[in-house]
Amino acid sequence: MCLAIPAKVVELEDGDMAVVALEGVRKRISTALVEDVAIGDYLLVHVGYALHKVSPEEASRTLALMAEAGVLREELEEITGGEQ
Amino acid sequence: MKYVDEFRDRELAKTVAEAIRREARPERTYNIMEFCGGHTHAIFRYGVKDLMPENVRFVHGPGCPVCVLPVRRLDDAVEIAERHGVILCTYGDMMRVPGTKQRSLIRAKADGADIRMVYSTLDALKIARDNPDREVVFFAIGFETTTPPTAVAIRQAEKEGLRNFSVFCNHVLTPSAISHILQSPEVRELGTVRIDGFLGPSHVSSVIGSEPYEYFAEEFGKPVVIAGFEPLDVMQSALMLIRQINEGRHEVENEYTRVVTREGNLKAQSLVSEVFELRTSFEWRGLGTVPYSALKIREAHAAFDAERRFEVSEKKSREVKSCECPAILRGVKKPTDCKLFGTVCTPDTPMGSCMVSSEGACAAYWTYGRHRDPVRRPRAKEEAA
Ligand code: SF4
Repeated sequence: MCLAIPAKVVELEDGDMAVVALEGVRKRISTALVEDVAIGDYLLVHVGYALHKVSPEEASRTLALMAEAGVLREELEEITGGEQ
Repeated sequence: MKYVDEFRDRELAKTVAEAIRREARPERTYNIMEFCGGHTHAIFRYGVKDLMPENVRFVHGPGCPVCVLPVRRLDDAVEIAERHGVILCTYGDMMRVPGTKQRSLIRAKADGADIRMVYSTLDALKIARDNPDREVVFFAIGFETTTPPTAVAIRQAEKEGLRNFSVFCNHVLTPSAISHILQSPEVRELGTVRIDGFLGPSHVSSVIGSEPYEYFAEEFGKPVVIAGFEPLDVMQSALMLIRQINEGRHEVENEYTRVVTREGNLKAQSLVSEVFELRTSFEWRGLGTVPYSALKIREAHAAFDAERRFEVSEKKSREVKSCECPAILRGVKKPTDCKLFGTVCTPDTPMGSCMVSSEGACAAYWTYGRHRDPVRRPRAKEEAA
């Protein structure tokens, strides 16, 4: 019930409404809760309303951080391990 | 969708799992409470639990709005539908929750009440427009994510002059529930629930921001990491919590920066406070009466408040006697500790709310966990060892 899905805005309509594309399905949603929605934005959609914009920059930053979480530590360990 | 796939990447999951294994100190345990049912669901569905070392444990919290609604409020909704002959609109998750004497909305519907499942408050408004000579009541439940859509609906009804639309408001607040758990005697004195840190709600935080959690981190000395709902988010956030615990820090960190900011969605917040105000107290299933933990419709919008519009009788509500939902929602017991789990109580024949919603702990255990976590008293294993 709290799950929300990121969906891409493909059309803007009057009255704070927009059409989003979501896994091949198009859906009309309300954008009354989000400011300045533009075509191409990703929105977090919950019970027919956009709750927030999804930032693509932050998404790739998080992924990079996750990749680093292991790899970087491993390398560090190798370096310090080699010195002992 | 691009992000969804990447946040479920198996290779990346292994990398994060290895980091967790390396950093979790073998001499201690890490008890992480996930407040949100969405996290519970992800942990089971994607097998996140299996990727964790033994000493990193997830404690399921009360964060499923269907699960925490007290039977009394559900009985009231059934009564509004049956006695007052309204069209009662509700989110699908509510339909099968058993009320007193196992009576659910779906049973009331089978007996002739006009109850309709809606996906959105937009649908409820449409039903009101299409049926001008009927009273339409929206049975509103949910945390801070579903509250703004209800606020928008009330404002919209006002704007259109839809006099036949009203809301039975049951919206509840996450931060008050978390502090209530931390102040509960189980956590404070008995020590039965050890919580070392919290996975903070994702979508709730997209609305209220990460700032409200700063108070817990300080006041209760517990780290909070706001975590996304994808399996990798949950793992990365667990890693961030483990690091904080190891370093003795207790701060609010945000893993879900692609959606959550410190201040949240200000537009949604101002709409919510324009339409709703705090209730001095509200009953939660599992937590009892929690002060200032729910919202009601402000006097200025009284015309749209179903509670003022429809009277309900003061009848006695009762939960199924041996259902352990209350203890499960406080993190004190596991679904497998319940006598009814998997025998009388299954998703097809739910006895309690935790088995109904896919975000409830019992449903998650049943659907994804029952084969590897056999029904048995957990003590037996420890005593034998
Ligand atoms: S298994 Fe069923 S009866 Fe037992 S606690 Fe869960 S929902 Fe309640």
